[in-house]
Amino acid sequence: MSPSAPVPSDAPGDASRPFIELRSVTCGYGQRVILEDISLSVPRGKVVALMGTSGGGKTTVLRLIGRQILPMKGQVLIDGQDMAALDAEGLMAMRRRMGMLFQQGALFTDLTVFENVAFPLREHTKLPEAILRDLVLMKLNAVGLRGARDLMPSQISGGMARRVALARAMALDPELMLYDEPFAGLDPISMGVAARLIRELNDTMGLTTVIVSHDVHETFVIADHVVLVANGRIVAQGTPAEMSASSDPLVKQFVHAEPDGPVRFHHPATDAGHDFGVRG
Amino acid sequence: MMQWLNPANIGLAVRTKLADLGYAARLFVRLLGLLGTTLRRPHLLTEQIFFLGNYSLAIIMVSGLFVGFVLGLQGYYILQRYGSSEALGLMVALSLVRELGPVVAALLFAGRAGTALTAGIGLMKAGEQLAAMEMMGVDPVARVLAPRFWGGVIAMPLLAAVFSAVGIMGGWLVGVVMIGVDPGAFWSQMQGGVEVFADVGNGMLKSLVFGLTVTFVALLQGHECQPTPEGVSLATTRTVVMASLAVLGLDFVLTAMMFSI
Repeated sequence: MSPSAPVPSDAPGDASRPFIELRSVTCGYGQRVILEDISLSVPRGKVVALMGTSGGGKTTVLRLIGRQILPMKGQVLIDGQDMAALDAEGLMAMRRRMGMLFQQGALFTDLTVFENVAFPLREHTKLPEAILRDLVLMKLNAVGLRGARDLMPSQISGGMARRVALARAMALDPELMLYDEPFAGLDPISMGVAARLIRELNDTMGLTTVIVSHDVHETFVIADHVVLVANGRIVAQGTPAEMSASSDPLVKQFVHAEPDGPVRFHHPATDAGHDFGVRG
Repeated sequence: MMQWLNPANIGLAVRTKLADLGYAARLFVRLLGLLGTTLRRPHLLTEQIFFLGNYSLAIIMVSGLFVGFVLGLQGYYILQRYGSSEALGLMVALSLVRELGPVVAALLFAGRAGTALTAGIGLMKAGEQLAAMEMMGVDPVARVLAPRFWGGVIAMPLLAAVFSAVGIMGGWLVGVVMIGVDPGAFWSQMQGGVEVFADVGNGMLKSLVFGLTVTFVALLQGHECQPTPEGVSLATTRTVVMASLAVLGLDFVLTAMMFSI
């Protein structure tokens, strides 16, 4: 599963427009700016990974794509449509084309595994119970959890919960899958399983995938294109191979997990001599 | 020191409060407007009536019984001074139906069901369940909040009625069975003296208003809490404090209005 050739979004001759496009987006919460002047495009059918340090604004990009927050400046276009211009109904229709996997799975704790996966189908379709049952079991089978259908979310492990959530996100056959830290807190086996599932689903279902992660190893294996976000800006992007070979100090620090570099080990502080009373 | 006296800070505080109030008012109106949507999916509503009503039933009935006992004792003590202890049934029934039933049941409802609502919604928010629902194209206000809201509004008057009925039984047990007040007088005075609209109706109206208040406060606190364990526990505390104060304040307003009509 080695990554394919670089995928520049504006490649000449590439007739199909990118599925997701962020045009110089600035956004934040209240007065605090999280992302500044970000431009990004995600081509159809590709797995694009947003990587970076914690708190660097990666998850905010996902929230922008799902319009859980609105940009202060700039535009977010999904399949050519400006997300900010959609009315409530248009937004709901657009969200039905997306599936999102939340960090901890975000399963409904009062519903069984089966009912969790059935939830979007029950809400958006009027399928007969027998067909609904078959669909749900097929989705659960795809993530290997058909046998866990009657369990409650409290009875399954974190890795299983993530897979149930994946089945639920896939229930309506979305065109776009968004993953928020799909590998965080998983054991190595579950991590490998999750990575393989993400790539396979993307390829077999013809999806477009955006992964937010800081797990270099797993992400580099499955991503076509990696975007490094730090301090609210895109600092580097390229294929995993290009990123690995990069000589940029920040990329090097991130990819090779070096403790100090452009991303400081020390939180900004006053002069140490002053704090410890050893003024020279 | 005296930071808050700074005009800019006062302005900010006022604006934030106004925005919060506006948000709450809009949510309230939305929930009222979602009655039709809620009724179209009756199983979601009945589930909540069961959850909020049935699980509060034990505490409501036990409290009602004890309040009835005490009313029987205290009522007898006062009435026998004036030689009218056979009016005990009327006194117990009027106190419960007009006042104690709706108010005490609402306070207990805030403690039992209100906290469960706040904690439930808060945990759904903290666990990103509400965000997940939004991302599925499902509106959490319509799917999660509205059935709970209307479930609470329907359950509250029923619980208040149960409270009053059990309380009257308690008053009867103490007054008639233990103290020996004439049972015929006990029941007939009650039957003759309690008006359907003026007394029972007013009590029902009160408990309906309390149901709206307590359930809304609980849902708002859960929906607005910080999505962290501390945030949820703080919101739960705020639900009890705010809902109880609102019930007692509204009780005075409603009683005053009912006396003036």
